Amino acid sequence: MISLVKVVAQRVALGLLTLFIVSIFIAFVVELLPGDITQAILGQSATPETVAAFRAELGIDRPAPERYFEWLKGMLTGDMGKSLANKREISELVGRRLSNTLFLGGFAAAIAVPLSLILGVLAALYRNSWFDRSINSFTLTSISFPEFFVAYILILFLSVKAGWFPGISNISTDLPLSDRLFRSLLPAATLTLVVVAHMMRMTRAAIINLLSSPYIEMAQLKGVRPIRVILHHALPNAWGPVVNVIALNLAYLVVGVVVVEVVFVYPGLGQLLVDSVSKRDVPVVQACSMIFAGVYILLNLLADIVSIVTNPRLLHPR
Amino acid sequence: MSELERIKKKLDRGQITRREFLSRMSAIGATAMVPTIYSADALAGPKKGGRLRVGLGHGSTTDGLDPATYENGFTADLNYAIHNHMGEVDEAGIIAPELAESWEATNGAKTWIFNLRKDVEFSNGKTMDSDDVVASFQHHMGETKSPAKALLAQVESMRKDGPHQVIFELAGGNADFSYIAADYHIAIKPSKDGKIDGGDGIGTGAFVLEDFDPGVRAFFKRNPNYWKAGRGHFDELEMLSIIDPTARTNALTTGEVDVMDRPDLKTASRLGQKPGIVIEETTGYLHYTFPMRTDTAPFDDNNVRMALKHAVNREEIVEKILYGHGTVGNDHPIAPSVAYHAADLEQREYDIDKAKFYAKKAGGISVKLSAADAAFAGAVDAATLYKEHAAAAGIEIEVVREPNDGYWSNVWMKKPWGACYWGGRPTQDWMFTTAYKGGGSWNDTFWAHERFDELLITARAETDSDKRRAMYYEMQQIVRDEGGVVVPMFANNVWAASDKIAHGTMAQNWTMDGNKFMEKWWFA
Repeated sequence: MISLVKVVAQRVALGLLTLFIVSIFIAFVVELLPGDITQAILGQSATPETVAAFRAELGIDRPAPERYFEWLKGMLTGDMGKSLANKREISELVGRRLSNTLFLGGFAAAIAVPLSLILGVLAALYRNSWFDRSINSFTLTSISFPEFFVAYILILFLSVKAGWFPGISNISTDLPLSDRLFRSLLPAATLTLVVVAHMMRMTRAAIINLLSSPYIEMAQLKGVRPIRVILHHALPNAWGPVVNVIALNLAYLVVGVVVVEVVFVYPGLGQLLVDSVSKRDVPVVQACSMIFAGVYILLNLLADIVSIVTNPRLLHPR
Repeated sequence: MSELERIKKKLDRGQITRREFLSRMSAIGATAMVPTIYSADALAGPKKGGRLRVGLGHGSTTDGLDPATYENGFTADLNYAIHNHMGEVDEAGIIAPELAESWEATNGAKTWIFNLRKDVEFSNGKTMDSDDVVASFQHHMGETKSPAKALLAQVESMRKDGPHQVIFELAGGNADFSYIAADYHIAIKPSKDGKIDGGDGIGTGAFVLEDFDPGVRAFFKRNPNYWKAGRGHFDELEMLSIIDPTARTNALTTGEVDVMDRPDLKTASRLGQKPGIVIEETTGYLHYTFPMRTDTAPFDDNNVRMALKHAVNREEIVEKILYGHGTVGNDHPIAPSVAYHAADLEQREYDIDKAKFYAKKAGGISVKLSAADAAFAGAVDAATLYKEHAAAAGIEIEVVREPNDGYWSNVWMKKPWGACYWGGRPTQDWMFTTAYKGGGSWNDTFWAHERFDELLITARAETDSDKRRAMYYEMQQIVRDEGGVVVPMFANNVWAASDKIAHGTMAQNWTMDGNKFMEKWWFA
């Protein structure tokens, strides 16, 4: 148990270091982009005087390292700063979008994770049967299409032809939960179709891998039913790789959904990041990147902890 | 197309006013048909009520409420929903009084007196007076990043005379200053201690802002005491930012929005075949150009310019690039709907013999044309068509495909010949001063013409309409025959709407009824 705490503490420290490096890297890369926020906002009306006046007003006429350290100081005291473009508090700006993104990611995960685990176990149980093959080919097909294509197919049939669902996800804050779920169902379904194959096939492979182990053979020989062999004997030992894949896909559901957001006009964090990069709104880009990086690090940490806890050899190392 | 259909179409597109429509109908002896042609809804008059939902292809998380930062279609519409301005461009393209009830230019159009409307209330309850107007103008002058700053540079002083009059003194005469004063950035907002708060979202407009999530959505409720008679019919207005054209089309076809702007022109006619959806368009000021740097060889030779102007098949480009949603250009930037447009100036045609003649005088032509779709959608294809057309006259054009990113800073006004677009301006003076005056900062042909520049200054201060007309005609001809720009086409403003929406004759200065759909349209 002490070793687990030690591992977690180590990982958290490493995570913070990673965040720090990511923040430097983002600041550097955004600085490399041609033009700055004043030119992006003023467009054709960017004359030298208006640009200079605007830069001075925003305080971005100072050298980049100075601005970075000021931002870092604010970040360490929990102040994310203000957007350069519209002077709104970033915490407020990001908060609304982040909750939307987490809502969609959570909704998709609530469908996708149980679905792929169940399908994976069933596929392992009835391996090489018609069921296994059809599930495999269906999920492989859906993962092979680009997300926007899956999204448009769903929209075409379920929304334009059948008229069951709205064609875009117009989520406003005052909607009741049932409406929000209904309006986010198509994007969540799209994401589900995209991530199920990976998790389901990993579950299947991890279980089948164990089925040739001597203790499984023993269980089979003593007459345990196949479903019980898988759930009680194989699955507990398969958690390690499966949880890692789940973590990877959960992270994807949060940070990789910008295409789905665009297609369904879903006001999530990805859209905010893209907008801010094109407008060179550095503090917002930084804040979004920190959140995305944080999600990745946190989910990976969780996956590691789960694989340690479920594996006695790692939990009690000699 | 018969004359009857032509007139009807013009009326539908808002290219002629109702009065003009009636006089033309009587000219062809068809007055008895007027009631059936003039849509029944338009005659019945506007109805109140409903929530209008609009999907716009603009809007960004970086948008703000401050009028000095408006730069895209979303903020322009938001602006017109909550604010009014000194004047508005009417259906005939003429500036009409809005918050100013009248104006007067004296002293050779150097002194402008605006008489303000009385009893107009802001949505916070304050009554509008001359202090608010002065402060609203000042917001765009001095230390500011407002795009209207350059327009107002001509204002030497500005003072109020009583609570309902504001007087501007200009550096030079400008008979079109009322258009400048009504620029969409210069929204009239309530002042406090001589200053306005750009971000308060308060105005005198037909709608009151309830919720604004930049880059996502804006929600409005009708201003119950809107001062303008016959405007502001919807109870609620919801504007959604839907950048992706396919998503916007989905939103309209699934009934999530009632109106969408900028449909994909390739598929617009298919969209219009769907029951319940109509494609609407007006001829606006937007034009696509191929500017040549007249200070650079070989474009410093007018023979080269004339050869190239004759070597393009405009009809084919309108047909293939705009899918018919546009009209051919005549190598000058003045749209047919702008006042003093020289309609009788001969249309330049695709003429291989003339192109050959000028090319021979220039001693053969072999040039490069830089294009990217950042200039306008289809610019590279248009350039390729141009190349084929010119090849028939023995003129060699090499199309150089440039990257979209950085097109405006690295290619436009840098390469000798490129592609460009201009949103256009409501007056000739504004357009010519912006892009054709010798030495101007956006003069993308680097063209300087003594007679043209002289006419520009004289016409600006001329208040006699006939004299102005003569001068503007001459200027259009000079640009057409000696200027450095090829203007193959004017693009229509196109949008798609549910057939439940009704409207009267439409303004053409911006897309969707001069961007005033929210206060002019209604649910039939």
